[in-house]
Amino acid sequence: MTRKQKHLLARILVAAVLFFTGSLLHLPDSIEMGVYLSCYVVIGWDIVWKAVTNILHGQIFDENFLMTIATIGALVLGEHSEGVAVMLFYQVGEWFQSYAVSKSRRSITSLMDIRPDYANVKQDGKLVQVDPDEVSIGSTIVVKPGERIPLDGTIIKGSSTLDTSALTGESIPREVEPGMEVISGCINQTGILTIHTTKEFGESTVAKILDLVENASDKKGRLENFITRFARYYTPAVVFAALALAILPPIITGQAFSIWIYRALTFLVISCPCALVISIPLSFFGGIGGASKIGVLVKGSNYLEALAHAEMVVFDKTGTLTKGSFAVSEIHSNGMKDHQLLELAAYAEDYSNHPISLSIKNAYGKKIDNTRITDVQEIAGHGVQALIDGKTVLAGNAKLMGKEHIKYTACPSVGTVVYVACDGKYAGCIVIEDEIKTDAPAAIRSLKSTGIRRTVMLTGDSDAVGKKVADRLGLDQAYTELLPADKVERVEDLLKQKSEKGTLVFVGDGINDAPVLARADVGIAMGGLGSDAAIEAADVVLMTDEPSKITSVMRIARKTIHIANQNIVFALGIKFLVLILGALGYANMWAAVFADVGVSVIAILNAIRAMRVKRFDISSQI
Amino acid sequence: MKKTIKLIDLDCGHCAAKIQSAVKKIDGVIDVSVNFMNQKMVLEAPDDKFDAILAEAKELIKKIEPDVTVKV
Repeated sequence: MTRKQKHLLARILVAAVLFFTGSLLHLPDSIEMGVYLSCYVVIGWDIVWKAVTNILHGQIFDENFLMTIATIGALVLGEHSEGVAVMLFYQVGEWFQSYAVSKSRRSITSLMDIRPDYANVKQDGKLVQVDPDEVSIGSTIVVKPGERIPLDGTIIKGSSTLDTSALTGESIPREVEPGMEVISGCINQTGILTIHTTKEFGESTVAKILDLVENASDKKGRLENFITRFARYYTPAVVFAALALAILPPIITGQAFSIWIYRALTFLVISCPCALVISIPLSFFGGIGGASKIGVLVKGSNYLEALAHAEMVVFDKTGTLTKGSFAVSEIHSNGMKDHQLLELAAYAEDYSNHPISLSIKNAYGKKIDNTRITDVQEIAGHGVQALIDGKTVLAGNAKLMGKEHIKYTACPSVGTVVYVACDGKYAGCIVIEDEIKTDAPAAIRSLKSTGIRRTVMLTGDSDAVGKKVADRLGLDQAYTELLPADKVERVEDLLKQKSEKGTLVFVGDGINDAPVLARADVGIAMGGLGSDAAIEAADVVLMTDEPSKITSVMRIARKTIHIANQNIVFALGIKFLVLILGALGYANMWAAVFADVGVSVIAILNAIRAMRVKRFDISSQI
Repeated sequence: MKKTIKLIDLDCGHCAAKIQSAVKKIDGVIDVSVNFMNQKMVLEAPDDKFDAILAEAKELIKKIEPDVTVKV
């Protein structure tokens, strides 16, 4: 609790004691009056004071002023206990609002509390603790178990397990060893790590994420803006209605003014739109906070709204649905063992760092003895020729085989095929494919069951590869062999085909996806693999690169909108009901206090639900 | 220039809305957004007038919500 909250709570307790003394003990009238008045002063002096100063500042429809009129009016009409109670409950409501909001604010910001406080920098053989901001690129830092990695870098010494949950929502610790890159914000769990920094703090992952999160709720959604506009008209409207209610009916019907003034005062108690102006932003804040708990960053409540109405999801292929890393998927040898073929290919491709070569070397897995390779020649656009153990080995595409007049069997598999020949004889082929992410099929299925009408894939890859991936995942459509500009065009077309209310979501990771991410109603980027440009252009970032998180965040979005709508209907419904009953004389001030404070409290409690998202994390259920 | 300003102890939604609409009316303000959940205000104004506008905004906030502390 802040000092302000403690102070108010103390006043509430004192006032409550005085109030019950006044109402429960049968005191003589004059003493009872004194008790109520002192109670009113204890609980309401600041409201009255604010009302006076605000009027001097030219603010008329101020809730302090309205509360003051309502309560003093009740006291003047002889309704002592009601006048005091309204003020007391109003303050209880204010305290609760302040407490609930600061509590949920804290619990959400603690989720995002990933800022490292210091870095242990090695200087002249000694460790010095400095601010991460002051560490330059290329410094050597030491991270002890339990500490947070302050800057992005590469491990020079030591192995350990890292807790990445604050960044990714992923609960399984990641094993790291020398040579591996680590990102800031992770917590080192077991061993001492010596790290060579590769980025300044401002450019580090943790600084970027903090920047994204801190600016997240600045973009307000339609619902939030509606409430702000509504609140501007609601209070004056109710106040004028109250004024009319106090004056017109007694003049027309000839009834006593006191009856109608009392009814008008109940109006004033209900005139604050507090329940809405607090609970709606709180719901969205909770939804965004909850999403970050499962490793999804949403950059504004407007995107949460758009996600809730998603109708079409368009994917990029490489890096989004597939891992973007190649792996050997098939080996077809001819006249030798599979592992012999792989060995030949790995040796031939040894000099190259091309992803295809790397995947073959990975599949081979053993150390390559350079002395066995001599005379390597690259044949541009075809492949490579190398002398291995004195034998001439060719490895490359079909064109290479044709050029060298080698009789080979064309491989029917889809993917990148590397043909190998040894001493002029065909030795077999190796098929390399981009692997589909493990959760991708489940992601597409769950999107369908969440009510997404169409799933589309856009890729620059060949038609055969693209169609195969789309088939395997069960996507509705695939557009292949696209240039970056074509992707924008396709998305424009698709945008025309969706219904007016529905939104189009695009999911991508590369620099070339940035224009499409910006063009789509909601752009989702892969935060781990994704390029900085994509993360910048996107509206939502998936920290774990798992496409299944798209469904999770959509469900969170829908729940959040649902809660916000519930609160609007509930709060306005009760308020209007009590207004009508009050005008007819059926609702007294107690009902009005409920319509004001009670409704706020319930709406806030409902809004807090938006933070609870565990069951939406489907990736943990696969 | 765009700057984020902390509004400490801002704890009611309608006060945030009031501050936002009042600051928006200051001459020269390009855009302002008061976020009550994050307790901050993002103010955008021309560089040469920024300090004057910020000072005026501080005055206004003090009038609207005396409890709020403005921290740049």
